Amino acid sequence: MTHLEGTTVSASHTLHTVRHAGGGKRWLRYAAPQSFFPLAGRAIPWLLGAALLLAAVGLYLGLVAAPPDRQQGDAYRIIFVHVPAAWLSMVIYVAMAIWAGVGLVFNTRLSSMMASALAPTGAMFTVLALWTGALWGRPTWGAWWVWDARLTSELLLLFLYLGFMALQAALDDSRRADRAGAVLALVGVVNVPVIYFSVQWWNTLHQGSSLSARGASMAPVMLHGMLVMTLALWAYAIAAVLQRLRCIVLERERHTDWVRQFYVESKR
Amino acid sequence: MNWNSWNDFLAMGGYAPYVWGSFGVVLAAIGVEQLILALQREDAGTAVRLEILRLRGKR
Repeated sequence: MTHLEGTTVSASHTLHTVRHAGGGKRWLRYAAPQSFFPLAGRAIPWLLGAALLLAAVGLYLGLVAAPPDRQQGDAYRIIFVHVPAAWLSMVIYVAMAIWAGVGLVFNTRLSSMMASALAPTGAMFTVLALWTGALWGRPTWGAWWVWDARLTSELLLLFLYLGFMALQAALDDSRRADRAGAVLALVGVVNVPVIYFSVQWWNTLHQGSSLSARGASMAPVMLHGMLVMTLALWAYAIAAVLQRLRCIVLERERHTDWVRQFYVESKR
Repeated sequence: MNWNSWNDFLAMGGYAPYVWGSFGVVLAAIGVEQLILALQREDAGTAVRLEILRLRGKR
């Protein structure tokens, strides 16, 4: 806790200004990087611990407790990582677009940094969704890849992530990079419903949604395994994004007093 | 219990490369991401340290 004390002076100063601007809303103080930074640091070990525990339960349910599928045998067990990865790839993109949009409209630097922190983890889960999908497609369809609507729109999602990251890396001025990235992220968000509804809109080789308004299309133990694995990867993803966000905050705010103070205190 | 033996479990009903390949790639990706994040953390620390040294030099 000692390393946090150094930040209280400068933090309370900004707290005052933020509170003034936000009409006394207490939670708004976490919109300031120096308040959010230690909070994120405290949350990370808990999130990683939760991810580990949930993964242990999810893997047990998916690989041991759940029976084989009547048609697909044990190949279907790929669902326990494929669907959570695919869901996360879309959820993270929407979150990225929202934070980038908030940063663009309100000029809040932490929101833009959040968008930048989300992109690599989102891209990683998109690659994982595509990769595990190929490993599932080969034994069930006889093909690693087909150019159908679901697969193609998910590949486009990967290019949107990579485009966002490349664009931000290409611009030296971080505020300009934030704005350019935000425009790209917001334009690309139309792709997310296309991915989600592609299996309904077009004739496709990809199977229908595992979860829909009509309920789940699988046995309860399979569904529970899939949901627990989703929570595990979700907790991991939040932890990884917060870890990256802390790096981005340190780098971008290194000219401020609070970062230097934090650094000196933490080395003591 | 769906599995009669450890070998039975590892064989995954003949789909071992696909199933273990999928779970393995997720684990590997998380490992690589954590490695990159550790390096990034070091870089961020170096950037702050350089900034502190630069300011000391000015004085």
